[in-house]
Amino acid sequence: MNLTLKIWRQKNANDKGKMVDYQISDVSPDMSFLEMLDVLNEQLINKGDDPVAFDHDCREGICGMCSLYINGEAHGPDRGVTTCQLHMRMFNDGDTIYIEPFRASAFPVVKDLIVDRSAFDRIQHAGGFISVNTSGNTIDANAIPVEKHNADKAFEAATCIGCGACVATCKNSSAMLFVGAKVSQFALLPQGQVEATDRVLNMVKQMDEEGFGNCTNTGACEVECPKGISLENIARMNQEYLKASLKG
Amino acid sequence: MALDSKTPQGPIADKWTNYKNHIDLVNPANKRNIDVIVVGTGLAGGSAAATLAELGYNVKAFCFQDSPRRAHSIAAQGGINAAKNYQGDGDSTYRLFYDTVKGGDYRSREANVYRLAEVSANIIDQCVAQGVPFAREYGGLLDNRSFGGVLVSRTFYAAGQTGQQLLLGAYSAMNRQIGRGKIKMYNRHEMLDVVIVDGKARGIITRNLITGEIERHSAHAVVLGTGGYGNVFFLSTNAMGSNVTAAWKAHKRGAYFANPCYTQIHPTCIPVSGDHQSKLTLMSESLRNDGRIWVPKKKEDVEAIKAGTLKPKDLKEEDRDYYLERRYPAFGNLVPRDVASRAAKERCDAGFGVNATGEAVFLDFASAIQRYGKEQAHVKGLDENDAALVKKLGQEVVKNKYGNLFQMYEKIVDQNPYETPMMIYPAVHYTMGGIWVDYNLMTTVPGLYAIGEANFSDHGANRLGASALMQGLADGYFVLPYTIGDYLSDDIRTGPIPTDTKEFEEAENNVRERIDKLVNNNGSHSVDYFHKKLGKIMWNKVGMSRNEKGLKEAIEEISELRQAFWSDVRVPGTANEYNEELAKAGRVADFLELGELFAKDALHRTESCGGHFREESVELDGPQKGEALRNDKDFAYVAAWEYKGEPKDAVLHKEELEFNDIELKQRSYK
Ligand SMILES: Cc1cc2nc3c(=O)[nH]c(=O)nc-3n(C[C@H](O)[C@H](O)[C@H](O)COP(=O)(O)OP(=O)(O)OC[C@H]3O[C@@H](n4cnc5c(N)ncnc54)[C@H](O)[C@@H]3O)c2cc1C
Ligand code: SF4
Ligand code: FES
Repeated sequence: MNLTLKIWRQKNANDKGKMVDYQISDVSPDMSFLEMLDVLNEQLINKGDDPVAFDHDCREGICGMCSLYINGEAHGPDRGVTTCQLHMRMFNDGDTIYIEPFRASAFPVVKDLIVDRSAFDRIQHAGGFISVNTSGNTIDANAIPVEKHNADKAFEAATCIGCGACVATCKNSSAMLFVGAKVSQFALLPQGQVEATDRVLNMVKQMDEEGFGNCTNTGACEVECPKGISLENIARMNQEYLKASLKG
Repeated sequence: MALDSKTPQGPIADKWTNYKNHIDLVNPANKRNIDVIVVGTGLAGGSAAATLAELGYNVKAFCFQDSPRRAHSIAAQGGINAAKNYQGDGDSTYRLFYDTVKGGDYRSREANVYRLAEVSANIIDQCVAQGVPFAREYGGLLDNRSFGGVLVSRTFYAAGQTGQQLLLGAYSAMNRQIGRGKIKMYNRHEMLDVVIVDGKARGIITRNLITGEIERHSAHAVVLGTGGYGNVFFLSTNAMGSNVTAAWKAHKRGAYFANPCYTQIHPTCIPVSGDHQSKLTLMSESLRNDGRIWVPKKKEDVEAIKAGTLKPKDLKEEDRDYYLERRYPAFGNLVPRDVASRAAKERCDAGFGVNATGEAVFLDFASAIQRYGKEQAHVKGLDENDAALVKKLGQEVVKNKYGNLFQMYEKIVDQNPYETPMMIYPAVHYTMGGIWVDYNLMTTVPGLYAIGEANFSDHGANRLGASALMQGLADGYFVLPYTIGDYLSDDIRTGPIPTDTKEFEEAENNVRERIDKLVNNNGSHSVDYFHKKLGKIMWNKVGMSRNEKGLKEAIEEISELRQAFWSDVRVPGTANEYNEELAKAGRVADFLELGELFAKDALHRTESCGGHFREESVELDGPQKGEALRNDKDFAYVAAWEYKGEPKDAVLHKEELEFNDIELKQRSYK
């Protein structure tokens, strides 16, 4: 296939940035989207131009590094996949494809398509853990049975890869789906109960300080989330928050 | 020089306990005066950083990704072993120890493996306490599955995302310490050298990948948890950024590199689809629990399948060759990885490969879907003879167990594996070789430690499934934090290590010179161009099957390619900005050195063992005819290479392996 790419180029955090057009030919439908960009970059390097910078590492949908906003959708047109799992068979010969970074004021652009998502890490520092020491002197793993339903729900919440597509998609740049997933994982497990109050209050406080917006229940995040993290996690976090506020 | 493994005396089951009872400890007040650098935040580095910080040391942790949570460990799928014996199927510390030594083809250090098995059960307790959501049974207790090369069910898992869940557990433990100020985290930083002061590792030089700034960091000890070097093959299941750079710099500064040629080629990966391929995707080994591997018996059926005139699912049972079940009736589809991979290659080389490139075999779930479907129909009191119903119920069970893997497969290949068998082929996956360490996990450089996949220690010549996660967490949570105390107890009065010394300056200058050389080279080919060439040489001549002629050629070719790289590589951009090509160039330059040592190691080891298969060393007759032949008389040692300039000049040191608790046998999975 032959394609026209319109790609956001921005030298660094202080640069203004702009969209730049590129032509690319001989794209195979079996290529992944990132492999298509590899081909473009190889061409740019051979011409002596600066290759397009984008984040990626695992290239199998699990590390959460890749983060492209493609034709107005986080991770592109396919559902339930990350950018690195998107294949060119989703596009047609002659298409024009717009490629931008995940935009949010809490995610400043670093270069081209790379953004700084360290705000997510700081929310986790505030409470995304259970305070056990790691010396191994703990109780037997089977001492506390966990109802399978809750264990499965906790797991589902825990599969969030921290990519930030939810934030990039939300018109308010809210991080509620991401934070809700982490709060839910622990709220659903007996091990998470002890610190539940502090956890939700601290994480929400940090989320607000990072400049993420409010949740107005549009549900767009759930649609674009590559891991199918459900809105019920936001509801659960709201309950936890309410419970904690009444206590606190 | 004979290498001293510093293995404690005494019976194997008591070594670790005795050792812990007798080492020097650092008291909590003094730990506050001691700094430790941990490079890498995968399972090994992440768990080590968290535990060291919790013990009271000041930790500085580094990773090249934008967050510690994205280390390559995140991608591990199938599970983690532990000798819990929850299934009551006869598992024990000894059995896990035995399986691991046997699985590693008797090329690992007994005492380390025993310790690993001993602490394994604790890992599960620890992770559950941290909120890791392992899979559970309906009764609320933890579920297990079985993995290749063993006869018990000891693998704990979280669907196909076990590595993710374990890493997020370690990351959460790190977060707690980052929040407390005990870990200072440096994301998007790449370590480019180790600094040695008075013979001890006292710091590192890093490059800030965003700004390009070169920084000096000092500490009383340096720990490398920087992962494996499978990407020397260009195509592997490793993440794109996985590299040997940290380990290689340590090697150049005096750390011996052990068994570089021991590589694991994983049997169940998605086959290569074209030249654009940037990486290969693993289909978890857990699939072999339920999937049956086959190729057609007849060449004409192979051709018909390739041409699309015959659907694989329509090929009659009697025309299929379930070659693993045929060759290895005792273990069948669950033989260890090296055996399964070579068997696939054997069939494909003989012309039975089922895709266009001739490099693919089938992994078929039809029988499992039938079996589970019938079982479910029975349990639910429904009609077991209703084919459509059975299929539906069976598919649901399979989906529950492997849903995310099936989805991943479908996205990549564009075929529905519930309806047609998957196609798989072996791919480079894991490196058993790595930096040589003693029982304390210390390298040959005092104060420099290596943990996780970066070291060589526990898997011998072949790693069993679900054992890397176990080793990473064992090293990081339970072993290193003790053993490092013994060394650091001498440093309680040392005070902070200054960075304005000639040693730091020399190391920094080295790093700068190399970067300048790369960005000013203005050659005519990209970094990937050279990396792909290196990968081809490695795969064709130092891959699944090796011989003297090919290895000698590989050594020559890699050495020439390295020269070509340095004269002709083109790195766009400058050193003082985000520049991925520059980072890649540095990594590939190191791969080009490692690759040669790798081939040299493979050449010197004229036996076949584990993942290292020498065509010259096979059983000539008897029931094992054609199987790999080990040579214990001449090769029961660890090959640890000392750096002397060019890779070809590396000097071999041997650590003789003693087996007191396990009898050496030729492996048989028949
Ligand atoms: C697809 C796949 C599936 C797997 N599945 C399983 C499984 O089911 N069970 C199992 O037991 N094992 C599995 N493995 C193997 C296992 O995942 C790895 O061996 C293990 O996770 C390695 O952990 P680690 O902590 O040693 O290194 P890694 O997780 O690779 O971490 C390396 C760290 O070092 C950092 N780093 C590297 N170089 C530098 C540098 N120069 N400067 C700064 N930082 C650096 C990186 O940023 C990263 O944080 C799998 C592997 C793959 C590829
Ligand atoms: S909730 Fe979904 S979209 Fe948001 S960070 Fe997690 S995985 Fe990404
Ligand atoms: S590169 Fe890891 S999720 Fe896409």
